[in-house]
Amino acid sequence: MFVKRFALAGAVTVAASAAYADGQASCDWENTTEVTMLSAAFEAWMAVSEGMAACGNFSPELDQEFRTKQPEGFAADPSLYQIGGVSNGTITPLLNQGTIRPLDDLIAAHGEHLTPNQLIQIDGDTMAVAMMVNTQHLMFREDILSDLGIDVPTTWEEVLAAAETIQEAGVVDYPLGATMKSGWNLAQEFVNMFGGFGGDFVNDDNTPNVNNEAGLAALDMMMRATEYMDPEYLVSDSTYVQQQFQQGTIAMANLWASRGGAMNDEAESQVVGLVASAAAPLAMEGGAPATTLWWDGIVIAANISDEEADNAFRLAMEGLDSETVAAAPEAAIWLIEGYTPNDMATGAIASATANPAPPNYPSTTQMGLMHTALGNELPAFFTGEVSAEEALAAVEAAYTVAAQEAGLLE
Amino acid sequence: MKFKTFIWFVGPSLFLMVLFIAAPLASVFLGSFRITQPVVQQIEVETCSAGFLAQTCTTELQTVPLIDEETGDIVTTTEWVGFLSYDRVLEPARAWAAITALDYNALMQIDFWSALRFTLMFTLVTLPLVIGVGLAIALAVNSAARSLRGPIIFISLLPFIITPVIGSLSIYWLFVGDGILTRGIEAWLDRDIAMFAQGWTIELLMLFYRVWHVAPFAFVIFYAGLQTVNQDTLESAIIDGASRFDRLRYVVIPHLMPLIIFIALIHLMDAYRVFDEIVGFRAEAHVTSLQYLTFDFLRPDDAGNRAFSRASASSMLTMLGIVVLLIPLLRRTWRDHKGSSH
Repeated sequence: MFVKRFALAGAVTVAASAAYADGQASCDWENTTEVTMLSAAFEAWMAVSEGMAACGNFSPELDQEFRTKQPEGFAADPSLYQIGGVSNGTITPLLNQGTIRPLDDLIAAHGEHLTPNQLIQIDGDTMAVAMMVNTQHLMFREDILSDLGIDVPTTWEEVLAAAETIQEAGVVDYPLGATMKSGWNLAQEFVNMFGGFGGDFVNDDNTPNVNNEAGLAALDMMMRATEYMDPEYLVSDSTYVQQQFQQGTIAMANLWASRGGAMNDEAESQVVGLVASAAAPLAMEGGAPATTLWWDGIVIAANISDEEADNAFRLAMEGLDSETVAAAPEAAIWLIEGYTPNDMATGAIASATANPAPPNYPSTTQMGLMHTALGNELPAFFTGEVSAEEALAAVEAAYTVAAQEAGLLE
Repeated sequence: MKFKTFIWFVGPSLFLMVLFIAAPLASVFLGSFRITQPVVQQIEVETCSAGFLAQTCTTELQTVPLIDEETGDIVTTTEWVGFLSYDRVLEPARAWAAITALDYNALMQIDFWSALRFTLMFTLVTLPLVIGVGLAIALAVNSAARSLRGPIIFISLLPFIITPVIGSLSIYWLFVGDGILTRGIEAWLDRDIAMFAQGWTIELLMLFYRVWHVAPFAFVIFYAGLQTVNQDTLESAIIDGASRFDRLRYVVIPHLMPLIIFIALIHLMDAYRVFDEIVGFRAEAHVTSLQYLTFDFLRPDDAGNRAFSRASASSMLTMLGIVVLLIPLLRRTWRDHKGSSH
């Protein structure tokens, strides 16, 4: 029995590496200079770094703690990494410290296949090249909804109504899942909902602006949704929700588009082909979907020689070409040429192209402080220790102290 | 010993102690009294971002740090602020208002005080348990058959060998919503169990975990101590008709007292710095500790901000807390030490 299983495992490994060999991007030039990259560690980055590795001499560092390591690594002289993988949330410290370089010359030399949509421009300079967009969208079990005769929810009220019906039918453990782990995740959920209610986080003079009607409405909606969730929702992050879907314990969740591919991964999912996606639900009539738009892309360090930068950018372009998309079409909502959206992408695209469209996640110093304050202070509301007003007041107080310490407020 | 020889012996250690203990401490101490801020300016920035179909461009007012043209570094100012950072961490006015209004809940809304509450509770509850359980295991092993002692000692030591983060994570995965143990208990009791949905169950798990993890250490020390108990005294106690409990109380424990104090000292220092459990059990929503508070201040957010001054203040306060806790034990050790030198 053991031998058989062992042999089977071996066969799977061989098959997997064969598949890699098939999908492996080729590279028509030999990279001779050492290039390093630091980025997040989800599927899309793995696909991109595989494409770049084809040229040789490339050592990627895919690390979920990249947010903490990147600012220091790029501030070093010479920079510890030539290429950085960033999103619109994490590019801020690099921009603020001036540790990444404008890419216009490099794009002119090597980036002929890039579309204008991929270029992230700050005051006319292209500072990053995006490869994919990410957003939360409503993922749901198509079979459950059609069995129970529920229309795909388009607003959060409809989500709650659907959840009630599913709960009564008792077909899953919990109707809803949500990435509400206290800290960054919970704050992000609030950011989505608050934006959906038309809220604005920070005033022009850097003072906070969350203790208002939109904030109360957002907390109220989130609290109502928690009734249909696993009671341990305060420890539930994206991976946890993904697994809940894969194991068939939940029926709906507003989840990152980048997690869609995992639903149809036959190696770990019990719900292959059963999960569909739709636009993120609206928080209020006539508003934008309650979500934020993100992009992920590459930046090039400032503290390296021009030759190194040229070489690194050329290598990066190998990772951001249509071969990568062909090898891993399901890994992301690619912005790269040659991408045809699959079923799982429809929800994210519907979210992104809704009218009015959801906002880009604001990439500012203030938002960083606000996100931390939300992540630290909101859990007390969900554990029932404080009221919504008190929680929002505490958020504003925490933000104010942090902003004073950061020199943004007097 | 000649002074020169003395210096040659002690000098290197002294140098390393200054370098690795005193200097960092002094810098944190200084850091808690000053705030370094970037010089910021508000400018209009046009940002063009990727959308799925088309680029979206927005112009907005952004606050960005000023960059020195020559060095390429962010321009910063450093200011002496006295006890401002301590004030921000302790929030004495708010805390006092909550105390005078006898509003426990309001006091617990201040991060520092709620962290202090948990840290103290954690330290003081685990201390007697660790000593008691450690002593119990040691006594049990000591009276076990010789052939069995080796394997028993080996197995009892295992929890201590596991790295705290890994240990707490394993316990977490056993007890989380669909963990093996939770599923088992749910099937047995036929009810839904969510250990991580409320604070007190998490605290219980953390207490249990820490005792499970540290008791083997106490056990090993006590077991070594038990080997040195004077057998003649024990035998004469038996002849005098002392029960098992009396022998333990009047012979064994007094003999082990210095070791008990040693364990207590080490454990107080360790437990007051409780941190791994908070991370491992993902307890941030319900309980945090003083070390976690410092960690949280130091951790940069997505925009790269970190609250260094408040982190310094909070770590100085943590150190102060440990010192206060240790004073009674240190005084006792000092008295014993002085007594024995006569």
